[in-house]
Amino acid sequence: MAENQIIIEPHSRLSLRFRELWQYRELFYFFTWRDIKVKYKQTYLGIIWALIQPLSLMLLFTFVFSKNLNFSSSPLRYEIFVLSGLILWNLFYSSVSMASESMLQHAAIIKKVFFPRLIIPVSSILAALFDFIIALIAFLIFSIVYNVFPGWTAFYSFPFAILLILVSAFGTGVFLSALNIKYRDFRYVVPFVLQFLFFATQVVYPLNKIEPDWLRYSMALNPVNGAVELFRYAYTGQFESAIVIISAASALFITFIGLLYFRKSEAYFADLS
Amino acid sequence: MKPAITIHDLSKKYTLQQGTPYVALRDVISNGFKNAFSKNEKRSQFWALKDINLEVGPGERIGIIGANGAGKSTLLKIISRITPPSSGKIILNGRVASLLEVGTGFHPELTGRENIYLNGSILGLTKKEIDKKFDEIIDFSGVESFIDTPMKHFSTGMQLRLAFSVAAHLEPEILLIDEVLAVGDMEFQKKCMGKMEEISTQSGRTILFVSHNLASIGSLCNKAILLEEGKIVLADSAKRVIEQYTSDIADSSPEIYKAYKDQKLPLFFSKIYFADNNNKQKNIFNLDEEIILNFELDNNGWNSICTIGFAINDQFGKRLLRDEKEVDCRNLSGTIKGKIIVPKGMLTPHVYFIDLSILNKNIEVIQILKGFMKFEILISNTKYEFINYDYGVINKGCTWFI
Repeated sequence: MAENQIIIEPHSRLSLRFRELWQYRELFYFFTWRDIKVKYKQTYLGIIWALIQPLSLMLLFTFVFSKNLNFSSSPLRYEIFVLSGLILWNLFYSSVSMASESMLQHAAIIKKVFFPRLIIPVSSILAALFDFIIALIAFLIFSIVYNVFPGWTAFYSFPFAILLILVSAFGTGVFLSALNIKYRDFRYVVPFVLQFLFFATQVVYPLNKIEPDWLRYSMALNPVNGAVELFRYAYTGQFESAIVIISAASALFITFIGLLYFRKSEAYFADLS
Repeated sequence: MKPAITIHDLSKKYTLQQGTPYVALRDVISNGFKNAFSKNEKRSQFWALKDINLEVGPGERIGIIGANGAGKSTLLKIISRITPPSSGKIILNGRVASLLEVGTGFHPELTGRENIYLNGSILGLTKKEIDKKFDEIIDFSGVESFIDTPMKHFSTGMQLRLAFSVAAHLEPEILLIDEVLAVGDMEFQKKCMGKMEEISTQSGRTILFVSHNLASIGSLCNKAILLEEGKIVLADSAKRVIEQYTSDIADSSPEIYKAYKDQKLPLFFSKIYFADNNNKQKNIFNLDEEIILNFELDNNGWNSICTIGFAINDQFGKRLLRDEKEVDCRNLSGTIKGKIIVPKGMLTPHVYFIDLSILNKNIEVIQILKGFMKFEILISNTKYEFINYDYGVINKGCTWFI
């Protein structure tokens, strides 16, 4: 009986309320499952969509940059170099953009039913993760076709890279989703900023070519740079630890701020939306 | 036994802003500049609920009655944790589910089966619980043949039935209901009502029920509270509160028309009021009551025949009925008294407005009063208990042969 007692008070102290999230754990699954299902039900090509975009961009970048600009992406083949950056960037990009729109899309439910609001942006990130896993498998097949194999370090560098992306996308996504409810024109800023961020990410160029040091380190504040660095480590065997550490610290900071803002404003979502 | 719901000094304040509650970043920036140079204007505040105290025992069924804007829905929203209170505290013992809006989270691309799982889990059911009740839910909804069809091919009625089915099979200790009965066709509404009573009476759960339909509150609830401007003004048995509320409405509009003292017309209405059979003055009637319009005419030297016209219009001004009566005023001086009796059971529950006129024998207007008084017929008959249903205005059945 005591476990079923609910106390409603005006300003509950700031906590993550993990118990509540745990009680609603199935809803994470159902929202994610719905997002994935609906997305692929509406398209003929289905899962292939998750692959076409990174592949076509890879071809484009290979054509434009590898021949003409002479980036030495060595020791990695340029196609693999670009594609590895692209799929990680795509995970970040679609997580952030889906999460930041998610609260507005669910405004009707928020006004009618209670459940921990955090489930909404997190589920949309999980749905983006599903796309990524497909893209990752395709990437691995593709690289094997090119006779490029990751080293054993992939067993920890891949998961850490993906985790780094997810944590930073989570922080950014929940922050933007809460902002989007309060400031309705913020959503127009997000794609623009993401576009800018893409070029500040080492997708088409290697970060270690950036000079001077202070510029390279400040670019590492973008957590995607650290994640890509870690991911490619499995192929190149070389990485700059400072970049990964800065990126990880930055991701944790973003998540702290994002979660704080979300928790502070979530109680009033129903009044705003 | 611990009370199911304990509410201590609960208040909810809304800050009234112009336009929408959310803002555009552009306005924040431009207002920031403005406010830096001018005084901050005070935003008006409004208490949707003020100092609510209430204790509801387990198994009690409480009706919440009040005019629009009295805070009924806000109270349910706070108890269901959709919006936080501004001050005070609520302790709930048991799982809460609300039927504030059925069908929340239905997705048109998913099948009926998939939507049951999605909707159920949004409402707080676990997958296991849904599995267990799945057949029952489909049975009750009556849409089993479509269950694997995407929701977008369902009619609105079918969607509502499925939605209500899911909601009705939640098994919370505390159930909040807000006007959900106004959905679907008549037959399904009856089924819903029956299910409601079954849920509430047999399994002994606590229910808070908000409705404009006093008849269904009367039949479903054992207690009721009357809210007025965010405060509880009465908490008593459902019957007692409903009586109080209806007499409050009646008291608040005891309309009597009285003519201005300096009326210069030769013949005019000096006093008009509605009353019942016992000549008790009132404007609100039951379906099975005669509606009697009493009037007095002042004759200031009208020495001829006149015609008194009487009409009933609906709230949009559409004329529903007109009748007239010729009166020979030649031998009637001073005050002429009369009454018009609208037969009982003629009109369905609505608000109606009346016109009165006096014409001379050439059908020229001596005096005309348009839409100046109203009377209301209350929903008291079970035949008209579903408020969102358009019953028309004529209370008459047809003869059927099938």
